[in-house]
Amino acid sequence: MFNKRKPSQVPHDAEKDAFQPHLHSRHRAGRVWLLVFQVSTLIGIVALSALLYNVANAAFGYAAIENKVDPASLSINGIPLEQLHPLDLTYILQEHVSEGLFRKFAREKPMEEYSREEIYDLVMRWVVQPQVVETWTLFDSLAHRDEIMRQAAEKYPQARIFFRSWLTSQFLTTPQSSKPEFAGVRTAILGSLWTILITLLFAFPVGVGAAIYLEEYTIDTPLNRIIQTNINNLAGVPSIIYGILGLAIFVRLLEPLTSGALFGYVKDATTANGRTILSAGLTLGLLILPLIIINAQEAIRAVPGSLRQASLGLGATRWQTIWHHVLPSALPGILTGAILAVSRAVGETAPLVVVGASTFITFDPDGPFSKFTTLPIQIYQWTARPQAEFRNIAAAAILVLLALLLTLNASAVLLRNRFSRRL
Amino acid sequence: MNKLHKRPRRGEGFIQGFLFLAAALSILTTVGIVYELGKESLNFFTRQMWENTNKQIVADVRPEDLTLTINSSGSDLHSGEIIKISEEIMQVTAVAGGQVTVARGLQNTTPGAYNAGLDIFESRRVSLVKFFTTTRWEPQIGNFGIWPLLNATLMTSLMAMLVALPLGLSIAIYLSEYASQRVRSWLKPILEVLAGIPTVVYGYFALTFMTPLLRSVFGKGVVEIYNTAAAGIVIGILVIPLVSSMSEDALRAVPVSLRQAAYGLGATRLEVALKVVLPAAISGITAAFIVAISRAIGETMIVAIAAGAGPNFTFNPFKSAETMTGHIVRISGGDLSYDSIDYNSIFAIGLVLFVITLGLNIVSQRVVRKFREVYD
Repeated sequence: MFNKRKPSQVPHDAEKDAFQPHLHSRHRAGRVWLLVFQVSTLIGIVALSALLYNVANAAFGYAAIENKVDPASLSINGIPLEQLHPLDLTYILQEHVSEGLFRKFAREKPMEEYSREEIYDLVMRWVVQPQVVETWTLFDSLAHRDEIMRQAAEKYPQARIFFRSWLTSQFLTTPQSSKPEFAGVRTAILGSLWTILITLLFAFPVGVGAAIYLEEYTIDTPLNRIIQTNINNLAGVPSIIYGILGLAIFVRLLEPLTSGALFGYVKDATTANGRTILSAGLTLGLLILPLIIINAQEAIRAVPGSLRQASLGLGATRWQTIWHHVLPSALPGILTGAILAVSRAVGETAPLVVVGASTFITFDPDGPFSKFTTLPIQIYQWTARPQAEFRNIAAAAILVLLALLLTLNASAVLLRNRFSRRL
Repeated sequence: MNKLHKRPRRGEGFIQGFLFLAAALSILTTVGIVYELGKESLNFFTRQMWENTNKQIVADVRPEDLTLTINSSGSDLHSGEIIKISEEIMQVTAVAGGQVTVARGLQNTTPGAYNAGLDIFESRRVSLVKFFTTTRWEPQIGNFGIWPLLNATLMTSLMAMLVALPLGLSIAIYLSEYASQRVRSWLKPILEVLAGIPTVVYGYFALTFMTPLLRSVFGKGVVEIYNTAAAGIVIGILVIPLVSSMSEDALRAVPVSLRQAAYGLGATRLEVALKVVLPAAISGITAAFIVAISRAIGETMIVAIAAGAGPNFTFNPFKSAETMTGHIVRISGGDLSYDSIDYNSIFAIGLVLFVITLGLNIVSQRVVRKFREVYD
């Protein structure tokens, strides 16, 4: 390096003496500051680790569960509850729940049509009624296992204590519930997917279109300059402002369109309003539009001009050049940018709260005009609750969300690596 | 020969039209934001709210009467004030003891006959001056002073900047001036991961990790469960990658010749980094800082989860206080009915937020354009 001079290279003793006293302190300052820089970097890494640790810590761990009715007391002729015949289970259900509730089950579909698992589920939910009384973190569960066992045995003699992962296949496939033991993220995942589908259908063509216009057609007129500056500024607008815009435009002004009334698609006229998946998707679409445009512009700009000149020289029109030559070359870049923009949209919460995502939805969304909840909304709701068990399922939902984002980002990286060699 | 003539292609015109519309949609979005925020904010500031003066009329009033006899209880009436009795709106033109002269049937209401004992309501509007100068935000009783919300926003943002600016800049200098190619290749993806985590997850982190941490350090009596310090620090962590990546771009854009010249004069690595490269990249770094502030001010979920629900004008970072964004989220969380004062108020807050963040973004672009040192 330049700064490491060998003493022999210093020409005169006088000069050497002149800066020798400072040299030591200068180098020491250099080492101290390097340490500062390294520690800062380390803090960044520690923050990320703490975040991940914190989530994992709550998503797994010991849980003490008390049953309202002991499942062992429900066994018939010594056959445990899990292995009972559906008819016996139906009988238990009828014995223990109120008549009105049983009639409600029967109204949904005849009791004979319930599968064994479904009846077992009902028995667990309404008869056994397990309730989480306390949970421990993953760290505690691993480090102080005996301590927990002893404490729990003292405090909750009735309770069953076992190591529980809050992220289970049941968690992924069951809808929302007011009891954390039975709550799942099925409706939230479906809501997120529907919303993203709408977002993409809207933002991708429009965003790429705008990028093509700005890169391939624009002459440097004031209007086009304004458009470009405006897009850069829109990218910096806080997401909650988009939520307010969506509330005013999509939910309120375009209510006939977004509630589905215009298409005659209204299941229940009394509750139909513009707070639907369509509104949410369009709002997020507006939100990520600047990102998609800016990324697509960069990808299109990276296509060498010689490609265009060759095509135009052979007599192709402007659009033919773009469609057959520029776009195919720029597509990997455009797609990568779009995926990154989508992963931003997947994690957005604030605009959807403002647009009016419902928080307690137990049915699957069935189209763009359906009410909805999404994964981040669900995490927000569960985190905001005071009970500790909801923190556990919030952590599990965060793991699901992070896994979804990781998949999206990994596919973007793969796409980039796979196609980046072509040009 | 004819074959080579340019044939008109009408389809191309359509395509170009569509592409132009796609680009123009961004203008429409901005116009939509400004128009809606402006319109509803105007409604917010011109909206009439009726406050009971606790005065009653003491004699029956016929539709043609222009004087009202009132009792002396409650707050005084003044000339020029708009009042309401039952559904009719009137304007006070003169007050003389218990006798009030009014102009009747204002704002398309019809003069009616009223019995003695009816309450008199006084019109109140949210004034722009009060909005920007008072320190109470209590929608239930008609107090709309934005300072508690704005103050909480500034507190969390300041806290975030105290965390993000030094750390972000240090990381940027380390990455650009010190780190080897190998270190960069794994450090940058880590920062990208940090930047890609949804803000609601940071909110969870703030509430379940940072708050307990602060409480264990400073004591549970000092730090409330919801507080602006935890939210601010976590916002700081959130914007670290933004600051570091933008600053690093600026640092790396400084030509190598500058560094070589400094090394040639015998500067140490630190001196090159801090005294040569940093000043040369200062415009880009300033821009990064401003964008980071704007991002911190607009950040929503972290403060909605961890900073507390309920406007509170305090300078204590360990107390709960609701920020502008947090207030918008909480108010609009339920089924907000249109044309209510709450509905209008989120637009007014949104407008303030929009003006601040847009202003900061424009300033950052100006800074880059004006103060950039060009080395060629």
